[in-house]
Amino acid sequence: MRRHPVAQMVIVGAIASAIGIVIALVIDWFPADAAEQAGPIDTLYDVLMIVSVPVFVLVTTVTLFAVWRFRMRPGQENEDGPPIHGNTRLEVIWTAVPAILLVSLCSYAYAVLVDIEEKHDDQLVVHVTGQQFAWRYRYPQPGGRAIETTALVLPKDRPVLFKVHAEDVIHDFWVPAFRVKIDAVPGITTEVRATPTKLGRYPVVCAELCGLGHAVMRSSVRVVTPAAYDRWLQEQTAPAGGEATGGATAGGEGEAGGGGGADLAALGRETFVSNCGSCHTLADAGTSGAAGPDLTTALRGQDEATLREDIVAPDARITEGYQAGVMPDNFAETLSAEQIDGLVAYLASVSR
Amino acid sequence: MATTDFATRPVPQVLAHEVHAERTRARWIDWLTTTDHKKIGIMYIVSSFAFFLIGGIEALLMRVQLAVPNNNFLTPEHFNELFTLHGTTMIFLFVVPIMAGFANYFLPLMIGARDMAFPRLNALSLWLLLFGGIVFYASLLWQPPEAGWFSYTPLSNEMYTPSGGQDAWIFLIHITGISSLVGAVNFYATIVNMRAPGMGWGRLPLFVWTILIYALLLILALPVIAGAVTMLLTDRHFGTHFFDPTEGGSPVLWQHLFWFFGHPEVYIMILPGFGIVSEVLPVFARKPIFGYKAVAASTAVIAFLAALVWAHHMFSVPVPTVVLGFFMLSSFLIAVPTGVKIFNWIATLWRGSIVTASPLYFAAGFIAIFVIGGITGIFLAVFPVDWQLTDTYFVVAHFHYVLMGGAVFTIFCGLYYWYPKMTGRLCSEPLAKASFWVMFVGFNMTFLVQHAAGLSGMPRRVYQYPADAGLTLYNQISTVGSFVLGVGILMSVWNFVRSWKTGAVAGPDPWKGNTLEWFTQSPPPVNNFDEIPRVRSVEPMKDIRRQVERQSGIEHDQVTQPSTTA
Repeated sequence: MRRHPVAQMVIVGAIASAIGIVIALVIDWFPADAAEQAGPIDTLYDVLMIVSVPVFVLVTTVTLFAVWRFRMRPGQENEDGPPIHGNTRLEVIWTAVPAILLVSLCSYAYAVLVDIEEKHDDQLVVHVTGQQFAWRYRYPQPGGRAIETTALVLPKDRPVLFKVHAEDVIHDFWVPAFRVKIDAVPGITTEVRATPTKLGRYPVVCAELCGLGHAVMRSSVRVVTPAAYDRWLQEQTAPAGGEATGGATAGGEGEAGGGGGADLAALGRETFVSNCGSCHTLADAGTSGAAGPDLTTALRGQDEATLREDIVAPDARITEGYQAGVMPDNFAETLSAEQIDGLVAYLASVSR
Repeated sequence: MATTDFATRPVPQVLAHEVHAERTRARWIDWLTTTDHKKIGIMYIVSSFAFFLIGGIEALLMRVQLAVPNNNFLTPEHFNELFTLHGTTMIFLFVVPIMAGFANYFLPLMIGARDMAFPRLNALSLWLLLFGGIVFYASLLWQPPEAGWFSYTPLSNEMYTPSGGQDAWIFLIHITGISSLVGAVNFYATIVNMRAPGMGWGRLPLFVWTILIYALLLILALPVIAGAVTMLLTDRHFGTHFFDPTEGGSPVLWQHLFWFFGHPEVYIMILPGFGIVSEVLPVFARKPIFGYKAVAASTAVIAFLAALVWAHHMFSVPVPTVVLGFFMLSSFLIAVPTGVKIFNWIATLWRGSIVTASPLYFAAGFIAIFVIGGITGIFLAVFPVDWQLTDTYFVVAHFHYVLMGGAVFTIFCGLYYWYPKMTGRLCSEPLAKASFWVMFVGFNMTFLVQHAAGLSGMPRRVYQYPADAGLTLYNQISTVGSFVLGVGILMSVWNFVRSWKTGAVAGPDPWKGNTLEWFTQSPPPVNNFDEIPRVRSVEPMKDIRRQVERQSGIEHDQVTQPSTTA
C-alpha cells in the first residue's frame, strides 16, 4: 500500500482535468460560425466545458479510487466498514458550493441571452415560412411588392430579424452556422435575430419533426457582400424576365443571370431540383429523395394533364403505399405559372 | 483487480423450505388470477423487460438505417414509426412499469407487509399495462403512429396524421396511465399504512422513499396528460379545436400540457433507480448509507423542482426572456439535490469494505454515466447554448445518458441484486461482469459520439443525413456501439434465463443485505413473513444478524458504537 493514496488521487484528478479541458477546448465542436451571435454563445459553451470537466473528473476519480482502494481483500469477508452515518458539515458544503456555482453560471448565461436579443435599428426584416417540406422567404420592400424566393440571401454585417411563420405543422428554422434556432408555429409569428459576419453558403435545417419529409427539409443561406446583395435584389425586382425567372434563379443553385432565355424544360428541371427533388427520386434530375414516390418509374406513360394535376392537386390520386396529405397542395400558389408549365414539360419529356 | 468475488459466494446454507400447497388449479390459471404481489411483480418485470427487448430491436433498426449517409434501408415512414414506437415503448412500457414491478415485489417485503394494501387493484394495474401494450402494438397490423413520442400538434392532428396508429398511441397513454395511477395510489396507501412495527419515516428504506415520491409524482402528472390526450382525441374525431390554430386553438398549449407531465415523468423514471442504488451501495460497501436524511430529503426536493421546469423542453418556442430566466434557474437548481445524492453515494463507498460483485459494478457504472447526463443537462438548461443544441443529437445523447445510464443501469443493478431473492438462485458472476463491461463500452460508444454529431448540426429524427456534413464517422461509431450494447444486454438475458434453473442456490441472504426482504426465504413464501420483526434502525437485517450472532455465540464483530449521525 502506498503512503499517500489521497494525494495520488488528487494528482491524478488534476492531470486528468487538465487534459480533459485542453481536449474540450482544442476540438472545434461547432460548425463554422458566421454570425455575431456565435461569439458569446461559443464562449459560454467553452466556460461550461471548463467548469464541468473537473466536476466529472472529480466524481469518477473518487468513485473509481474508492472502489479500488477500499475493495474487500481476502480475509476481510466478515469485516464491515466503519459505521459512519453522515456528516452535517460535509452535507452543507456539497449543497452550498454547487448551488453558488450554478447560480453564478445562470447569471452569466442570462447576461449572454440579453446581449444576443439586443435590438438594432438598421435591421433587415426577412419573413421565413415553413411548410411541409420546404422553406420560403419573403423580403418586404418599402413601397413595393415584397420579393418572394426559395433561396435565402443575406448581406454581410447587417443585423437581420427573421420573422418565422408556419403554414401547416410546427417546423423549426435553424441555421447552425448562425447559432439561431426558433420554432415555426402555425398561428404565431416567432422572431429571431442574427448578424451574418462571414461570406459563404451555410445550411438551413428544419429541426422539429414535421412529417415524412422532415429529414430533407433543407435549404441554404448565402451571405454576400452588401453590393452583391443589392444587385441580387435588383434582379429579383427587375420587370424583365418576370418574377418566374427571379424565382427560378433563386431556386436553382444560384447561378446569376441564368434562366431568362432557357427553354421550358430546362426551367422545369431547375424547378424540379430545388422544389421537388428533396422528396422525389428522379434519375434524370439526379435527385434521391424518398418521402414521395420514385418518379423515375412512377411517371411512365402519363400525359401532361395528369402530370399537371399531380403537381397542383396531389391528393387527387395517391400512388399505392403512400398517404394523402403529405405533399403540399399549394404549388399552384408558390410556383409561378411558367414554372409549373416548365415542370410539366420537363416531366413529360423524361417520362416518355 | 484481485480475485475478490469470494464474498459473493454465500455461506453454504441448507434450506429445506418448499411450499407443499395442494395445487387445485392449472399453473397458468394461478398466474392469471393471482393477487400475490410477488407474482404480479414478476409478471410486471418479465413483460416490461420483453417490451425493452422489442424497443431495443427498433433502436437497432434505426441505427442500421443511419449507418451510412443517404441510406434507403428504411423508408421515411418506417423510420418515423420506429422512433415513435421506440420512445413510447421504452418510457411507457418499460422504464415506468419495471420500476412498478420492483416496487410491487419488494416494497411490501422491505416494509414488512404481507401484501399490498389493495391486492386486486394491484392485479388490475398489471393487466391494464399489458392491455395498453397490446392495443399499442396491435397498430403494427395496420399502421403504427409516426408523430414521435411527444406527438406534437398539429402534426398529430387528423389532418396530418390520419392513421389510427395515432389513436392507438392515445389509448396506450390512457390505459397505461390508469394502470400507473391505480398502482401509485396502491403504493402510497401501502407505504403509509402497512409498515412493520417500529418503522417510522426515519427508518423507511431509501428505495421505499423513492417509490413514495414516484407515486406522488405520478398522481400529480398523470391527470394532466390524460386530459391532454383526451383533448387530442376529440380534436381528431369529434370536431373540437383545442390545438388547431386555424380555429383559434393553440399548438403550444399541447406542449405545455405534455411537458408538465413529461418532465416529472423523467424523475418518475429515474428516482426509483436512485433508490435501488441507495440500497445497493451500503450493502456492498458494508457500511451504512452516508447521510440518510440528506438522500431522502433530496428525493423530495428533486420531485418538487421537477414540477417547475417543464418549459425547458420548449426553449425554441417563443417565451418572454424573464420567463426563460426562471426556467433556466429552476433547471439549474435541480442539479443541487442530484449532486447531494451523488456525493453521499461516494461518501458511502469511502472507507467501506467493498464487495466487488455485479450489482456494485452496475451501481458504480451508473454514477459515472449519470454524471455525464447531469452535466449535459446543465448545458441544455443554459438557454443560449440550448438554442443551438435543442432538437439535435446532443439532446438524444443527453437523455440516453440520463435514461439508459440512469434508469437501465440501475434496473440491471436491481435485477442482479434481487435476482437471488426472486428466484432463489444466484446468477453467474463472471458472465454478469462481462455483460456489464460489454454494455458499458457499447453504451458509451453509441451515445458519447452523438454529442459531437449534435454539436456539428445533426437534427433529431432524420432518417437520412447528407454525405458531406461530416456526420458519417460519428454515426458509424454509434451504430457499431449499439450492436455491442445489444450483445451486452443479451449476455445478461442469457444469464437470467440460464440461472433460473441452474444457478447456485442462494439462500435467504446471499449479499448480507440491510433490509427486511432478506429476512425471509428466497423466493419468499405466500404472505412473506411468519413473524414480522420489530424495526429498530434503517438497517433491520444488520440488527437481526447481530442478534443471531450474539445468541449463537459467533462474536467476531469488532464494530463499536456508531460515531456521529447527520
